[in-house]
Amino acid sequence: MKKIYNRIESIVGNVVSVNAKDIMYKELAEVTSAHGKSLSQVIRMDGENVSLQIFSGSRGVSTGDKVRFLGHRMQVSFSENLLGRIFNGIGEPMDNGPELNENFIEVGGTIVNPAKRIIPSKMIRTNIPMIDVFNTLVESQKIPIFSVSGEPYNELLARIALQAEVDIIILGGIGLKYDQYLYFRSQLEQGGALSRSVFFVHTASDSIVEGLMVPDMCLSVAEGFALKNKRVLVLLTDMTNFADALKQIAITMEQVPSNRGYPGDLYTQLAQRYEKAVDFEGSGSITVISVTNMPGDDVTHPVPDNTGYITEGQFYLRNKRIEPFGSLSRLKQLVNKKSREDHRAIMDGMIQLYAQFKETLEKKAMGFRMSAWNNKLLKYGEMFESRLMSLSVNIPLEKALDTGWEILAECFDPMETSFRSDLINKFWPKKP
Amino acid sequence: MNKTQGVVRFISGNMISVEFDGDVLQNEVGYAFLEGKTRLKSEVVRVRKNIADLQVYEETSGLKVGDKVEFSGELLSVELGPGLLSQIYDGLQNPLVHIADEYGFFLPRGVFKNALDMKKTWEFNPLCKAGDVVTGGDFLGRVPEGIFDHKVMVPFYLKGKYKIEKIVPKGKYKVNDKIAKVKDEDGNELDLTMMFEWPVKLPVKAYKEKLAPSETLVTKIRLIDTFSPVNKGGTYCIPGPFGAGKTVLQQITSRHAEVDIVIIAACGERAGEVVETLREFPKLTDPRTGKSLMERTVIICNTSSMPVAARESSVYTAITIAEYYRQMGLNVLLLADSTSRWAQAMRELSGRLEEIPGEEAYPAYLESRIAEFYERAGSVKLNNNENGTLTIGGTVSPAGGNFEEPVTQSTLKVVGAFHGLSRDRANARKFPSVDPLESWSKYKSFVDEGLVAYAKNILFRGNEVKQMMTVVGEEGTSIDDFIIYLKSEFLDDVYIQQNGFDPVDASTTADRQKYMFAKVVDVLKKKFSFEDKEKARVSFYELRQLFIDWNYMPFNSDEFIKKEKEINTKLEEKK
Repeated sequence: MKKIYNRIESIVGNVVSVNAKDIMYKELAEVTSAHGKSLSQVIRMDGENVSLQIFSGSRGVSTGDKVRFLGHRMQVSFSENLLGRIFNGIGEPMDNGPELNENFIEVGGTIVNPAKRIIPSKMIRTNIPMIDVFNTLVESQKIPIFSVSGEPYNELLARIALQAEVDIIILGGIGLKYDQYLYFRSQLEQGGALSRSVFFVHTASDSIVEGLMVPDMCLSVAEGFALKNKRVLVLLTDMTNFADALKQIAITMEQVPSNRGYPGDLYTQLAQRYEKAVDFEGSGSITVISVTNMPGDDVTHPVPDNTGYITEGQFYLRNKRIEPFGSLSRLKQLVNKKSREDHRAIMDGMIQLYAQFKETLEKKAMGFRMSAWNNKLLKYGEMFESRLMSLSVNIPLEKALDTGWEILAECFDPMETSFRSDLINKFWPKKP
Repeated sequence: MNKTQGVVRFISGNMISVEFDGDVLQNEVGYAFLEGKTRLKSEVVRVRKNIADLQVYEETSGLKVGDKVEFSGELLSVELGPGLLSQIYDGLQNPLVHIADEYGFFLPRGVFKNALDMKKTWEFNPLCKAGDVVTGGDFLGRVPEGIFDHKVMVPFYLKGKYKIEKIVPKGKYKVNDKIAKVKDEDGNELDLTMMFEWPVKLPVKAYKEKLAPSETLVTKIRLIDTFSPVNKGGTYCIPGPFGAGKTVLQQITSRHAEVDIVIIAACGERAGEVVETLREFPKLTDPRTGKSLMERTVIICNTSSMPVAARESSVYTAITIAEYYRQMGLNVLLLADSTSRWAQAMRELSGRLEEIPGEEAYPAYLESRIAEFYERAGSVKLNNNENGTLTIGGTVSPAGGNFEEPVTQSTLKVVGAFHGLSRDRANARKFPSVDPLESWSKYKSFVDEGLVAYAKNILFRGNEVKQMMTVVGEEGTSIDDFIIYLKSEFLDDVYIQQNGFDPVDASTTADRQKYMFAKVVDVLKKKFSFEDKEKARVSFYELRQLFIDWNYMPFNSDEFIKKEKEINTKLEEKK
């Protein structure tokens, strides 16, 4: 039996309330207004007073509109038929394809038992030296790209998606610009990956609340595939919009804000999504790469700050390249011991020297005389930036490590690098 | 006794308000019935007239207004007894491995399992006889638990004098078999088993007196042991921005620290980090015992995806188990990662209760809760005059890496040592990235104080020279100052930095630290004279290379001795 109510008691922001009985917490309801039907979800119950957040926004909703409770929570149809399809933020087709009505699974809510996780052990090769050598991406990792508007983060995301060896790609767009959505579609189409992809796209022109469901949709579907032994890559762009939607609802509900207006549970909300990244014992895996826009290029802003504490590292994308400082893959040591014995040494050693290069650069800018050592560092820094850091470099890991030794040998004496002697004996390029 | 019942009136997130009939206890456990059958565990956090506010330890979706709630009449407690070691529990002491065996990949709602194995038998050896008079915390007997002699104790809540009427002979018993009968001064008889329960939010005080922490806890991390040591029974905190290496530092400590038992409380952090510990530890051997590291470890894990309210209680669960082992006269180390998540859980709850917020919306009682928690550490003299210690090391994750925020500040007020992580050092790949200049400790190191002071002075002055050089440049710096700068860099590179992933360098014993530090200070004290700065730099780089190679060699091995000779020769040359 579906319950229908004809009286909306209050409309505040995108939240409406009705007097209703026997309703489940987080149940869905359909609100029919003069402008069409829209989906809503129960977010608070006080006696018979039930508050609903309307996904498409409350604009044009009348107090006399009809509210029909659906008797279930948010769900999504899960089957192989999802592949190659494009949906909006609440799971309606956007690609003129048929609506899917089979095998509904509940969205969100599941928590993986930590005892059933295994230690990630497979490297995902991207052929980008700043990732492969210095911040290795690992299957089942959750890692955001910290960036600012104007940087090519979506391009980087698409490139990683196409080069990574995964079975299924799921793209979640939250507040995605329409042209960026078209870009992703054409990139994956050209790369021949569209047929193994699923899109859930909430565009910048849709109601902000609708974006709230996108991460859960993507991750529930990903979980379904991972349990069928598939390696799934989930791309979420951009999670700052998701956090802003949370903020908007929290303020409407008169919750006490904690930091710059964001709700106190921002960490938990983000963590519950990111923690879906998993390597299941005896089954598939979910890898999550997201974009986190840093408002004002400020990493201490609550969204990037909380994200950094949750994710397993981050890539800083700045001036169209991945910054060595701040960028980090927390899982790299799980894979870089078996890649090649010099991998770790190159990874740390080259960055230590690059840090000294940066200091030298500052000194130079202040007009100090450059010592012989400073000049060596200056030469090194430039070579490092052009031959390894630039995003245009597209070489496998082994080639990149060799390049690293070549750069070192061209700039320094072995002793100046603080590498261990056994590695120097083995890898230092011999002068012809 | 009839249990108090109630019905749900209000739901928002993990907070419910319940209209009840009868009496409820503050902080008692209640169960909300989802769809009439699934019991969602909750805790009373506020009572106003006939309305009780409860925080629910599980996801509340699907709950309805009008659903039934049953109150248990008991505070949130943990089970204490043999069989806790090498277990992995959630924040409410549910054994995660058993749940995985039964329910597969996901955590079901409303499932509670016994923390201890009720079927397993233990070899009980009595330490008392009929007629003995005992009190809470006294040893009734012992059972072998892995590498330890697990003491079976008189429950801590028995505070008066109890006469043993009967105690079972040596033999195999299950944890809930009756092993003793005692009689209190009023003649009431009581049966005791090998296990009992204790409410997590109350500190265990079944000991004679609390002592000042006096003995160093060797973590085998040079920077900590030499420069900012921690004592057994003391407290320390590790605040740092994300990516600075808090968790790695905790993991290394959990492996190498010289204590009997390590309790790891993974509180609201990444599941992956717990997985590393729980998959790796069984394979690693503890050099002190030759057994697997897991045998001395208990993991309490409430990762960030698990319900928030249970996160708040997970640190209490962990510390109660830690106190239990301390009562046996063992040295226990509790590593809490991260106390900020615990504070945030309090903030979330406080927000839902609509309490007046303090700084950054944290509740006004934040500081006292943090102090209460750290005060549960300590070195104590037990009833039998033996000593037991409980050391707490907590990480703090300050928003934006800014130490001025409430959780860091409240923690700094109560701890005995501060290991501040620096993002600059982490960026420059200097690990462990604890800032040696900012960190402090109220405890004494096992390394000679005079040498430490000398080295610290070099670090301090070296840093001054470095700052100065950014203004006046290398050419504007005198050669003497420049050598001080090189010495401080040398100390940092060869002693303070440590490679946590190298089998040898990852852990430096106290003996080796004393030995090596003396050698390093020799270099620092040595008067060098160089023609120019470039020669000085090259010279120090040569020394650095020798010392770094030395660090990777096993202590007192042939190559270690050979390298030391090489170092001595080099130092002679520089005269």
